[in-house]
Amino acid sequence: MNNRNIVLFIGGLLFGFGLAFGGMSKPEIVLSFLQLRDYGLILLMGAGTVVAFVAINIIPKFMERPVLGGEFKPRTRVFNRNTVLGAVIFGIGWGMSGQCPGSALSSIGIGNLPVLIGIAAMFVGAYVMGKFFG
Amino acid sequence: MFPLGTYPYIIGGLVIGVGVAFVYITTGLHATQSSLFSTTISYFSKIPYFQRKTYLDSREWRLYFAAGVVLGALIYTLTISPDGFWVTSVQWWRLLIGGVLVGFGTRLSSGCTSGHGISGIASLSTTSIYAVVTFIVVGIITAHAMQFLGVTP
Repeated sequence: MNNRNIVLFIGGLLFGFGLAFGGMSKPEIVLSFLQLRDYGLILLMGAGTVVAFVAINIIPKFMERPVLGGEFKPRTRVFNRNTVLGAVIFGIGWGMSGQCPGSALSSIGIGNLPVLIGIAAMFVGAYVMGKFFG
Repeated sequence: MFPLGTYPYIIGGLVIGVGVAFVYITTGLHATQSSLFSTTISYFSKIPYFQRKTYLDSREWRLYFAAGVVLGALIYTLTISPDGFWVTSVQWWRLLIGGVLVGFGTRLSSGCTSGHGISGIASLSTTSIYAVVTFIVVGIITAHAMQFLGVTP
């Protein structure tokens, strides 16, 4: 296991721990947000985004490049029709099931094995997208 | 507004942010989630879409990252979780159909709650801001429609 993979593994541990701690691993909590009964997930996403904002926008002013090499580059994507169309389709799936990719992975870790159906289905959806619309 | 309190959400979000920040400061990579599906499919499918260089270059670290996400939640469950192991009561058909739409939609949109939601907004990407507003609004409408049709939870 090289250093980069160790870093990603540790980052994943933190990400998964945070999702579970914040309740997002439970589809019921996600649905309680989308049904506007509990606004907590706004706080979770906001807190995560603030920390990521510091790392992406402020830290690079004091460091030339990442510790293990590579370069600092904010995450940008070109806006097109698929950005919105995909987000609409994702939103329908999210509102139906209370699952998104990260929350579903962390849900395995809290013992929610039925989520494996959802993860297998996400692979199918990603495959269909790449095969027919990629 | 916050029947379960605010602190688990804030602490959970901060820990997620620290994970994303740690990866970025160390490697310059964006620790995001939904690409995992496409990059992992590249091990099995010869379709050019999946064999693109960015997927081949990132498919290994994305598996380590995903393994960390699963284990991080397991560590929480085995240590400080008040519930222990927990199983959803959302019906299997919703996990299945919803999952297909999530997999398709996140890849078509090039991002999910983490890629557009955390890393994208933190990068001040207007594309990501449009995507996040769209999937949250559509998610709210869909969740209410399910509720209206009498499907719970």
